[in-house]
Amino acid sequence: MSVATLAPRVHPARRVARALGDTATITRRNLLHYTRVPINLFFSLVQPVMFVLLFRYVFGGAIHPPSKVPYVDFLLPGVFVQTVAFGAVSTSIGLAEDLQQGLVERFRALPMARAAVLAGRTSADLCRNVVVVVIMTGVGFAVGFRPSGSATAFLAAVGLILLFAYALSWGFAFIGLSAPNSETAQVMSFPLLFPLTFASSSFVPVQFMPGWLRGFATYQPVSVTATACRDLMIGGPVATWVVQSVLWTTGFLVVMIPLAVWRYRSSSR
Amino acid sequence: MTHAITADDLRKVFRGRREVRALDGVSFAVEEATVFGLLGPNGAGKTTAVRILTTILRPDSGTARVLGHDVVHEPSVVRTLIGLAGQYAAVDEHLTGRENLTMVGRLNHLGRTVVRDRVAALLDEFGLTDAADRPLKTYSGGMRRRLDLAAALVARPSVLFLDEPTTGLDPQSRNDLWEVIETLVDNGTTVLLTTQYLEEADRLAKMLAVVDQGRVIAEGTPAKLKADLGATVLEVGLHDHGDADRTMAALAALGPHSPTREGSLVEVTVDDGPRAAMTALRALDSEGITPIHFTLREPSLDDVFLALTGRRAGGGAGQDGTEAGTGTEAGAGTGAGAGTEAGTGTEAGTGTGSEGSGQGASALGAGTGGRP
Repeated sequence: MSVATLAPRVHPARRVARALGDTATITRRNLLHYTRVPINLFFSLVQPVMFVLLFRYVFGGAIHPPSKVPYVDFLLPGVFVQTVAFGAVSTSIGLAEDLQQGLVERFRALPMARAAVLAGRTSADLCRNVVVVVIMTGVGFAVGFRPSGSATAFLAAVGLILLFAYALSWGFAFIGLSAPNSETAQVMSFPLLFPLTFASSSFVPVQFMPGWLRGFATYQPVSVTATACRDLMIGGPVATWVVQSVLWTTGFLVVMIPLAVWRYRSSSR
Repeated sequence: MTHAITADDLRKVFRGRREVRALDGVSFAVEEATVFGLLGPNGAGKTTAVRILTTILRPDSGTARVLGHDVVHEPSVVRTLIGLAGQYAAVDEHLTGRENLTMVGRLNHLGRTVVRDRVAALLDEFGLTDAADRPLKTYSGGMRRRLDLAAALVARPSVLFLDEPTTGLDPQSRNDLWEVIETLVDNGTTVLLTTQYLEEADRLAKMLAVVDQGRVIAEGTPAKLKADLGATVLEVGLHDHGDADRTMAALAALGPHSPTREGSLVEVTVDDGPRAAMTALRALDSEGITPIHFTLREPSLDDVFLALTGRRAGGGAGQDGTEAGTGTEAGAGTGAGAGTEAGTGTEAGTGTGSEGSGQGASALGAGTGGRP
């Protein structure tokens, strides 16, 4: 014998509003972590600055881009993309930690939107990337980066970078949910990131790579996005690369969001 | 009588490297506004049952309802009715107590002012106001557990699931938590509590189900379960096996239960502790036997298991066994020097080593002296 309470029927529009509210709550929670453990934010900013300085001053003299562009102008757009790509690892680590600590267990028993845990994570990482890009722009200017494109084009490039980073976050969310713990999540992430960021046109022109590698290094998403940004920032044949980058990014979001949400739903069953 | 929670033939098998039959046909019903205790050792399936009832996990088969709503088909309704506090203290280390509670309130879609007021009231009620704006990292185990429980209460759930809420807590914190639970039930909340401690189940639960290897092996009121066992256990440790044999014979007359023996430790369940102790000491004295250890204690979960299954609790569940002292401070009042030599249980457990369950048995048996 049981007592049945009235089942609240929730209007679809209200459900969307609630899902957004839940996402905002989780985003806020993840951002608070940066204020509590500022050292994490500090080091996630130190690495990009280091890359800018190293490539600028160590390899900078030895690498000569074909189009007579100063290397620092060639390099910076690539470092932007490489940095946010590396930053996506924190998405997988963060989620793996939440799973490990049992926090996700509590979330699962709450009447909140299922996707909000993931959307809140990726949104918080997007916020962090905005800060990263701003700081890197400052450091770039300090070491002689002088983009010749318009301010609008520069902002468009930044938008492209952030969108790319956001899409990548969802991919790494999937990894984080599949890893048994945060250490493994980290270890699983790097073998994917190294070829994507280094076998690319981020730091060097692809024309000196062996033929078999050149195709991959030209058309893979990091390269496409780096090239698109470079063209936007310092001038070049913008359209095709921007379109390719947007296609990669959109495709990635379309595939990875459902996949990550599915992984989240199924990871306890 | 209406039931707030019903579980009907729940089954769940975890397939991994080793197939684990976590629930093997578990059924029970929980009366509204009472505490129902799921009592069992680690690995018995208690947590799996809670996870199914709180919609975190799907059962392979069987049905479960919370206030009439099916946990598999109407999970989003069930989630609005329940609160969950777990042994794994699912709270955010880096947030403050207030932030943790506020987050849970917001995720329950309560309005901002409602959340603010309730959070403040809960922090106050749980004695956490002073620590409210400190990160959880700085909290003690007891404070953390209280916050975990407070988080489960923000939405004022009708049904509360508490998965081993006092495991690892000091006696004072444990008592505080018990009082909170009793107040909640007085106000109409239904509580499903899992525990390894017979004492806790005895204190809080109106009805109990004893779970072992994914099955309910006994059900009833705590009084009934204890009465089936006899009220008190008399434990006598001897110098050697020869003395133990003679003690077995000497204590057989105590009745109605027969003594059992593990190595050089003899145990017998008796109805009237102090009287039985006097009789036993006289019998031993007349036989010229000097025990090295003589204890009266309340029956522990281990005794319940021994009585119900003929084997020691904790088979295959050893890893957390060290925390599993079935503390019976109550037993200390029943006789001289009772219940301080926790070591004897350990000797007894490892001495038998049968079924590879010595580890878990020793841990469960060793709790007479209480916990750290």
